[in-house]
Amino acid sequence: MSVVARWAREAKLDDPTRLELYSKLSEIRQFEQRAYDLFLQNLVAGTSHLSLGQEAVAAGFAQAMRDDDFTFCTYRGHAHTLVRGASMTGLMAELLGRSNGILAGKGGSMHLTSVENYAMGSYAIVGSHLPIAAGAAWAAQERGTGQVSVCFFGDGTTNIGAFHEALNLAAVWKLPVVFVCENNLYMEYTPIASVTAVEHPGADRAAAYGLESLIVDGNDVDEVYGIATTYLERARDGGGPALIEAKTYRKGGHSRADPAKYRPPQEVESWLARDPIILYRSRLLELGVEEKTLDDIDSEVLTAVDRATEEAKAAPPADEELIHADVWADGGSRWRN
Amino acid sequence: MAELTYREAVAAGLAQEMERDDSVYFIGEDVAAPGGVFKTTGGLLERFGPRRVRDTPISEEAIAGAVMGAAMTGLRPVGEIMFSDFFATCWDIVANQIAKTRYMTNGQVTLPLVIRAANGGGLRFGAQHSQSVENWAMAVPGLKVVAPSNPADVKGLLAASIRDDDPVIFLEAKSLYPTKGEVPDGEHVEELGRAVVHGDGEDVVLVALAAMVPRAIEAGERLRDEHGIGCRVVDLRSLVPLDVSTLLESVRATGRVFTVEENPRLCGWGAEISSIVAEEALYDLDGPIVRITTPHVPLPAAETLEDATIPSASRIVDTVVKEQ
Ligand SMILES: Cc1ncc(C[n+]2csc(CCOP(=O)(O)OP(=O)(O)O)c2C)c(N)n1
Ligand SMILES: [Mg+2]
Repeated sequence: MSVVARWAREAKLDDPTRLELYSKLSEIRQFEQRAYDLFLQNLVAGTSHLSLGQEAVAAGFAQAMRDDDFTFCTYRGHAHTLVRGASMTGLMAELLGRSNGILAGKGGSMHLTSVENYAMGSYAIVGSHLPIAAGAAWAAQERGTGQVSVCFFGDGTTNIGAFHEALNLAAVWKLPVVFVCENNLYMEYTPIASVTAVEHPGADRAAAYGLESLIVDGNDVDEVYGIATTYLERARDGGGPALIEAKTYRKGGHSRADPAKYRPPQEVESWLARDPIILYRSRLLELGVEEKTLDDIDSEVLTAVDRATEEAKAAPPADEELIHADVWADGGSRWRN
Repeated sequence: MAELTYREAVAAGLAQEMERDDSVYFIGEDVAAPGGVFKTTGGLLERFGPRRVRDTPISEEAIAGAVMGAAMTGLRPVGEIMFSDFFATCWDIVANQIAKTRYMTNGQVTLPLVIRAANGGGLRFGAQHSQSVENWAMAVPGLKVVAPSNPADVKGLLAASIRDDDPVIFLEAKSLYPTKGEVPDGEHVEELGRAVVHGDGEDVVLVALAAMVPRAIEAGERLRDEHGIGCRVVDLRSLVPLDVSTLLESVRATGRVFTVEENPRLCGWGAEISSIVAEEALYDLDGPIVRITTPHVPLPAAETLEDATIPSASRIVDTVVKEQ
């Protein structure tokens, strides 16, 4: 059986860490809200998958990770890439298909990557990045770098083969990788419970492969941070992989304009009442943090989001010259002489 | 020069590169202690130890994924997919992830990796253990595709593939594993994207790859001796990159082109060759381009059926005589 984490209840966090956590939450919330607004203004082509409502998972882990730990995430990857320190302008511009996009417009919303920040990519085929994250952990183990690979994915991902292959390999090779299942109760539109026989789709399966696994309140950033710290250090010290199943909920639909009508109103209401940002804000106020301190953080973030939006909008569209660039390591795309 | 089998040349190529570069690792199913189901990797475990030569679970996605994740973070790994048919179980990792990640990230990620596999027919294994999948890989931008026809090339092209900073699908012709050939002593590294021409006949050029090369060479000798038709054989050696200039030189020298392909007919690499020749050397041709391929059927198992399905030296001879 999986253990339910109860770390933060007892633990004491210092104020600077708490304010950094709050700042990360605020950054994700406001960036994603802006991405949504830009989509409504028809400035974002293609698709996008927001992390509104799920911010605490990305924020808690990023706060706990060493600067050179690897992040692997899914198409729902704006939050995970941003929170590792990737350029906000670069990310916003990528959503808008601009030349100053972090991938120069060649990847788009579902593939955000910032290798300089060890954000090793957003993967859009369900499950593919789990074995890849295990591979990065394997390299770290062999090279003795002490890096840990952290791999985020959804509940729906636990039913695809790559999930099972990756967990088994990670366990049998004792790889420094932490798998993080963001269980938001739904795949795209189908409730995970209707297609999965076990109660905890990530944690229950992980146990079967010999991974340490546990369940955490994914809307409580202190708790996520605490558990992340524990299991990152364990992996770093050679203790092997773990799977953390973080229970959370999307504020909105799966992607773009999905109105998410398939979710019962009571369920939505009860989760929105546990919005991770409202939750954390009131905890910090209770702990005696000044309201103004939090407001100042929010307005600093807003300024940054505004600046990123302006810089993205002002840039020219993605450069057509790059169509033929970087298929190969020599920078080009030649397949013949 | 030492005489090695095609099979031994695999281990020789891997050993040469593992000796030279500590970041070269090798993983796959039954590759370490058992030395590979085709006995291609024997001795590597003893020589390089259990960390650098490692058995995996039967998890093709995990093999391909691990190789990718390791390549993007500092290793230069080689993975083995036991039979190339099994690429179908990890094609997502190969075609969607490995092939595209450098491009999609605007060059942020480099993937110096090789995935080797035993490819093609000849062992009577039936339709799921005998396919020639070079055209699967050739169709995906971002993959290099190499397929050697002799032991020296196995070693030299494998070394070049490992040193290459791009992902390489390295297809070994399983019917050639027992064949022997001279392999240069000392370090041997070939160049990707350079075809080799055998013979200097001026009547026809046979364009071939991997296991079809020795058959084309044999057919060429018979065509010369029995029918007075002068042949040369172009061994493409790699489909991506493709040595079009060597190909077109031979087309101009002969005026007649026959492709000899082990893959099933539709969208085989010879179709691309034909298209290039038609676009760029049509007026050098004295007759139609002819493709000699495995027909568009799954490969049957029985000896007689398999032999009648994959192009043989006799079929090449008959086709050339008839069309010439
Ligand atoms: C292999 C594969 N199958 C289907 C899809 C289409 N698809 C995209 S997201 C998604 C739902 C994934 O659900 P989950 O893992 O719970 O992640 P969430 O979106 O809830 O974060 C599906 C089915 C896909 N991208 N890849
Ligand atoms: Mg989900």
